[in-house]
Amino acid sequence: MMASRTDWLLALPVLLPLGACALATALHGRIAAQRLVSLAASALLLLGAIALVAEVVARGVIATQAGDWPAPFGITLVADRLGAAMVLITALMYAAVAVFARAEPDMAGQEAYWHPLLAALVAGVAGSFLAGDLFNLYVWFEVMLIASFGLLVLGGGREQLDAALKYAVLNLTATTVFLVAIAMAYGLTGTLNLADMARKMPAVENQGAAGAVAFLLLAAFGAKAAVFPLFFWLPAAYHTAIAPVAAIFAALLTKVGVYAMLRIVTLVFPEGQGWIGPVLWVVAAGTMVVGVLGAAAHWEIRRILSFHIISQIGYMIVGIAIATPFALAGAVLYILHHIVVKANLFLVAGAIRRAGGSFSLAQLGALWRRDPWLGILFAIPALSLAGLPPLSGFWAKLFVVKSGFDAGWYWLSAIALGTGILTLYSMVKIWMEAFWKEPPEGTPEFLLSGPERLLMLLPIAALGLVTLTIGLWTEPFAAFALEAGNELAGREAYIAAVLGGAR
Amino acid sequence: MEALLALLFGTLFGAAIYLMLARSLPRVLLGLILLGNAAIIAILAGGRVIGTAPPLVASGETLLAAGAANPLPQALALTAIVIAFGLGAFVMVLVWAVWRETRTLDAEELRLAEPPGLPAAGAAAAAAAEPPEARP
Repeated sequence: MMASRTDWLLALPVLLPLGACALATALHGRIAAQRLVSLAASALLLLGAIALVAEVVARGVIATQAGDWPAPFGITLVADRLGAAMVLITALMYAAVAVFARAEPDMAGQEAYWHPLLAALVAGVAGSFLAGDLFNLYVWFEVMLIASFGLLVLGGGREQLDAALKYAVLNLTATTVFLVAIAMAYGLTGTLNLADMARKMPAVENQGAAGAVAFLLLAAFGAKAAVFPLFFWLPAAYHTAIAPVAAIFAALLTKVGVYAMLRIVTLVFPEGQGWIGPVLWVVAAGTMVVGVLGAAAHWEIRRILSFHIISQIGYMIVGIAIATPFALAGAVLYILHHIVVKANLFLVAGAIRRAGGSFSLAQLGALWRRDPWLGILFAIPALSLAGLPPLSGFWAKLFVVKSGFDAGWYWLSAIALGTGILTLYSMVKIWMEAFWKEPPEGTPEFLLSGPERLLMLLPIAALGLVTLTIGLWTEPFAAFALEAGNELAGREAYIAAVLGGAR
Repeated sequence: MEALLALLFGTLFGAAIYLMLARSLPRVLLGLILLGNAAIIAILAGGRVIGTAPPLVASGETLLAAGAANPLPQALALTAIVIAFGLGAFVMVLVWAVWRETRTLDAEELRLAEPPGLPAAGAAAAAAAEPPEARP
């Protein structure tokens, strides 16, 4: 059978970055050509992802079977609203860091490796979002992981080796736990296809073993998502990576874990495992509180931002824990908002380091006087992270907090609101130290200028514009998230698209 | 047969966890490799040992003959072996690079990314606790 439009739309987000990875590897060392490959691949991926989202919005959940092996036997690629939107935002991040990296000074001598590794990372992330079976999800996780190992040590600093070792060992342990869970799930249900497993899991006689599978999967994905108490690898590693690497990590890697949790909890274990909600309650609260307190204790921009990733993951877990359609919509909106904002903040951190000469708050100062544009571009994602209206973070937090009140989980909503205030404290701390106070004696003059400044501020401004758009023109985004939440809670459309042979 | 595989899985998993709790990095590496192998045993056990004949469909038939092995776990195990091998090799190189750069293989002594002075009480104290920037 000829491949249809749907097949192409679902395969392209994986094929494009894989092709770019191969091409960039073949062009090793020819930097101009490699740059062109990255820019072209990210632009094409962006177009493909927009077409994918349009298709999903028009037709609902779409699925394709690779090689025409019918589900549940073959490799299935599925896109619902959540998956398609995640692919689109991945493409956006790919383009943003590809542009930013051209101005990054730490990239000197490393670019030959950066381009293929970045493409491989994007392929792994996009594959994870589209994978329709558990083992494929595992393989895409590993693709993403091996690329991230390479990216993390780019630059060759000594502290990066330390960071990479901790990152590698803890993440490998988590994926191995995932693999054991896959083996148990296959032993129980005889299938690996997520839709098929969703049908068969409630009929499993030994629901205790099914609970063990659910627990192992949640633990593995939770470690990936850096939730309390499995987050230790993240603040040990992220601050050592060079700025564009840290930005793409902060944007995508933890969110793949959150996505996988969201998928498993809503699709495979929506009932029969009553403990999941209360356990995630504790996890969400712990993640929000520990993350935000960790951030408050630090005085280095990247360390602060790394802890805030953890704290923000907690909000998404709140949505998954409550699991009403509205709460799931909140989680979806939060993920989309957070990816843009967090990547943007790490890019701003890179620009601050270039403009002020350091990541340490003690050595920065007076950036507002030297470059007000940088200050405005920092303020947009920073205030959005804290959840101030009218920025995107406000609406995302509103969804999550309201769903907590609706479900009667008042304490969780209260913790979420308190975390928001402490987030604002950290952002104000960065503002006061880096932008407002007088710099210490002997600080070098303003360093960020010329085409370098343009290349750094352009992606930052573009992502800031996305944040403002979600904030000021919320209606379509909220409607999209609500539909995505209904789709996740309904799950019948997903199962029918995969197993019903609908194309 | 499954009971034997389960026992082997448990033994490997336990040994792996024991090794990974050590402070010595080579032990952690060996633990990781054992952990990967334990997971592969789990996949084989999860697919049941239904036979030992090679899972090949005879010509003219559409189904496997009785007594054939379950082919799916074998395919999964093969994939997992390749991935575990590649990542194990990477971690081995990483441990070697850490040894070359720091002359220590004690996980407790590796404090480059998280220096002992952090988190500090103020901006200046925190900046002083940071390691000197390794990159120019």
